[in-house]
Amino acid sequence: MNEEQTSFNIGPQHPALKEPETFRVIVEGERVVKAEAILGHTHRGIEKMAESRDYNKTLYLAERICGICSFAHNANFARAVEFVADVKVPKRAEFLRVLVAELERLHSHLLWLGVLAHEIGFDTFYILVWNDRETIMDLLETLTGNRVNYGMNRIGGVRFDLNDEIKKIMRDKIEEFKPRLEKIRDVVLNSKTIIARTNGVGRISKDLARKTCVTGPTARSSGIDWDLRRDEPYFIYEQLDFNVPISDRGDVYSKIILRVKELFESIKIIEQVLDLIPSGKIFQDVRGRFEGKAVSRIEAPRGENFHYVEFRKSKNPYRLKVRAPTYANVVSSVEALVGHHIADIPVIVAANDPCFSCTDRTLIIDRDKGRYQIMSARDLRKLSVETTKEVMQ
Amino acid sequence: MQEVETKPSGVTRWLQSLRNWARKRSLWLLHMNTGSCNGCDIEILAALTSRLDAERFGVKLVGSPRHADIMMCTGAVTLTMVDALRKTYEQIPEPKFVVVVGSCGSTGGVYKGGYNTFDGVDKIIPVDLYIPGCPPKPEAIIMGVAKLIEKMEEER
Repeated sequence: MNEEQTSFNIGPQHPALKEPETFRVIVEGERVVKAEAILGHTHRGIEKMAESRDYNKTLYLAERICGICSFAHNANFARAVEFVADVKVPKRAEFLRVLVAELERLHSHLLWLGVLAHEIGFDTFYILVWNDRETIMDLLETLTGNRVNYGMNRIGGVRFDLNDEIKKIMRDKIEEFKPRLEKIRDVVLNSKTIIARTNGVGRISKDLARKTCVTGPTARSSGIDWDLRRDEPYFIYEQLDFNVPISDRGDVYSKIILRVKELFESIKIIEQVLDLIPSGKIFQDVRGRFEGKAVSRIEAPRGENFHYVEFRKSKNPYRLKVRAPTYANVVSSVEALVGHHIADIPVIVAANDPCFSCTDRTLIIDRDKGRYQIMSARDLRKLSVETTKEVMQ
Repeated sequence: MQEVETKPSGVTRWLQSLRNWARKRSLWLLHMNTGSCNGCDIEILAALTSRLDAERFGVKLVGSPRHADIMMCTGAVTLTMVDALRKTYEQIPEPKFVVVVGSCGSTGGVYKGGYNTFDGVDKIIPVDLYIPGCPPKPEAIIMGVAKLIEKMEEER
């Protein structure tokens, strides 16, 4: 680090949203030269805890790995245990799992869109999107009784059934939601603010994407055509008709458009599920001790979600290993920071939909001169908002 | 030095009630995630955004601990967050209130007994109010803040 360079830490506590993480950034003037992520502030030891609980209790623990993609973790663990127990899940249960998974994708993508709008200082859009998101939260609450951790799965099926009344509510609300989604699409495509702040920012090339092993929408926006729902179908995805949107630009703007396109595809899937869902049992009773190991992978809203479980003639898992998509994607966002302004840091980091954004207490240390400066999240966001204003003039 | 108990005069009491009245209408909120699963965090934001709009009560999310009145903590405290939690708490100017949202911040919840978690925020810093639930609904969070305002009124 030479005399002109300055190093500062962002985090771990920040106000906007989500998990505490630290970024150490070295800047030259306003430009980022080097960045690194310091992870592990939310390490709770879930994998170890799972070893002392039986599979029914671990199911609830798995749900609480992440509160936003809770269903993905929950269903993934249930699916892995079902492989070990060799249970055939009833068709109706698999349809219901797809229904909740897609509703979750809708709420997660809308949440992300709102957060990104907030980071660039476009708060009107943030409030608008979060209002539309409440429709989806209502649907999840109607079906499962909870807004965030649904408790939908059990080993061998699901716990809550869909009746005609709920089906009608779902159809009505989805119909009501569609024009609003079109409005969101129009804003995203036409808003000068969004284009000015995100177009060409934080570009992740295909090579970088491959090198850093990104998954999910981050990979698809960089031109890697990979979606587990289509390429390794699980549950009943092979019976459904949907497209996997893809872009090769890799910048933040393409990620926004890609996720909005995915919202439309999710709506399509939900409508098909409501049409095609067969009648029958919703769960198969599973009891006893198991032996064996299994891997399950499903496409969470943020990317590929991996669960490995091993049982050794026991009720408690001998080993549980989880790999969540953010862990893969954060490396690429750190690389993407290089060469951009400090004001772009929140946008780029939020663009990968990590479970954290970078704001709050930022400590600027000039090691050579022994000078340090504390930058609050508010200042960092203000800088971002001011940049938006400058760009718009 | 001998401590002498003094009864507040009428003017002081009046000033105190004025201070309490002014304070309860503009509670600025600092959100501190101490290792939660994000469930409570998105519900806090849902309480603050369009549907329920807690800002109509003067509750506003701020970025810096130095501007905050209430610290809203979520999550069983992980070992790496203990120092950050203490430091952030110390940076908040008096009078300060700590509200814990969610079961794992209150008692440890599903993470109770983990090797990397303290079972609850109250093991580290004093807590004024607990909002239970996994996660609590946004309505419950707003009700919690309303209870805190009631508590502040009693304090005069």
